[in-house]
Amino acid sequence: MVTNLDVNDPGDMLLKARAFSYARPATIAEALEMFQTAGEDASYIAGGQSLVPTLALRLQAPQALIDIAHIPELRGIAQDGGWLRIGALTRHCETLSDPLIAQHAPLFHDAAPYVAHPAIRNKGTLGGSIALADPASEFPAMALAMGAELEIVGHNGSRRVAADDYFIDLFRTAIEPGELLTAIHVPIVRLTHRWAFDELVRRRGDYAIVGSGILADVRDNRIEGIRIVFFGVGNTPVRAKTAEQGLIGRQLDQSAIAAAQAALGNDLAPPDDEHTPAMMRIHLARVLLGRLLSRIAEAA
Amino acid sequence: MSEQITINLTVNGEDVSQTAPPRETLVDFLRTRLQLTGTHMGCEMGVCGACLVLLDGRVVHSCLMFAAQASGSEVETIEGLSERGIIADIQEAFHQRNALQCGFCTPGMLMTAYALLSQPGVPSRDDIRDALSGNYCRCTGYEAIVDAIENVARARAAVANGRQVEEIEG
Repeated sequence: MVTNLDVNDPGDMLLKARAFSYARPATIAEALEMFQTAGEDASYIAGGQSLVPTLALRLQAPQALIDIAHIPELRGIAQDGGWLRIGALTRHCETLSDPLIAQHAPLFHDAAPYVAHPAIRNKGTLGGSIALADPASEFPAMALAMGAELEIVGHNGSRRVAADDYFIDLFRTAIEPGELLTAIHVPIVRLTHRWAFDELVRRRGDYAIVGSGILADVRDNRIEGIRIVFFGVGNTPVRAKTAEQGLIGRQLDQSAIAAAQAALGNDLAPPDDEHTPAMMRIHLARVLLGRLLSRIAEAA
Repeated sequence: MSEQITINLTVNGEDVSQTAPPRETLVDFLRTRLQLTGTHMGCEMGVCGACLVLLDGRVVHSCLMFAAQASGSEVETIEGLSERGIIADIQEAFHQRNALQCGFCTPGMLMTAYALLSQPGVPSRDDIRDALSGNYCRCTGYEAIVDAIENVARARAAVANGRQVEEIEG
């Protein structure tokens, strides 16, 4: 989908982005203002690890790039009552190393080593990943698994959207054009919580064939509450609600796990693609679910 | 449409101020404007790792950012690391172990090795393989590269232990 090649422009004959203007706002207010001035042909850029290649391949060609990577309000990780507020500019490598994230939002910590490669993790941001909402990405799915809320700012002020209402369709979220994802709020895990993350992937750092994160509230050996989320199986991260409901009140024994695996047929409807038929992906999702629930059972 | 902006940054310890179009990637900026051609341009989409540089001390892909984004930052390329002598032992180990053939991936490999070996502890072969997961080599089959990095890790640890013994024995 190459757009309007100009043979007189040497940059146009290479694998390069179309020309754009570049601005670096210092505040959120300034960023919103710049976007409004530029119109809908603008794009925010933070770490740029997904955006830059799409610009180089000209899958997107914004006329204005607004670099939000230097806005202090978008940084910082802090506990706020029962929530952990993680600034949108938190880099993947910080997600891996930050002790507050490891303690209070552990699925982000556990998933981080599986996100691309070390050099990408040094630049890519948590907010950027969740704003893009690639359905095969780890972090958007873990935000859903932990029941996070996404803080979004626009000209009408700031609002918090529950992850359950945030993912709308392929690369479509509750963020409206011109709005900014400013922070991810994660409910702090409690002593009764158990969690597990894993993914099946052909080669380390690639997108997973199927991946999953689970957060369970286990009391007296019984599941009080559970959120099971899969990624790489559809247009958005998907909660396996039938499997979840079947586990409530039960002990995590072999028969409960088998029932949850069987229930995935109701919860997941992955497409066929050239590498992985839908039935194979559902099979692999069941394998993964069995492993993760067994891990949770052992930890409980 | 060729708007130019001024980009100020530090490259290998020297202040650089140049005008460039905003869409110019950092790797193009380094190679064509500063003639720092040790940074290689392979896939241009953050997969092969040939273009790795240090940005404010962290290894990043110079093909996955525009030079404008680096304005105000410190960049160090393979030339900088090499001239500082800080990776001389890694370069020597690559040479000794034949850890390069065509050499196209080597600057990126050295960047990754430098970052890995700057962390505390002695990495295992699995750690080394994981660190190299974003660096493609189409010649060596990686085994010699892992060997070379492992040799340096052990040699550095031995030197560090020797120093501790000297300090204790005084």
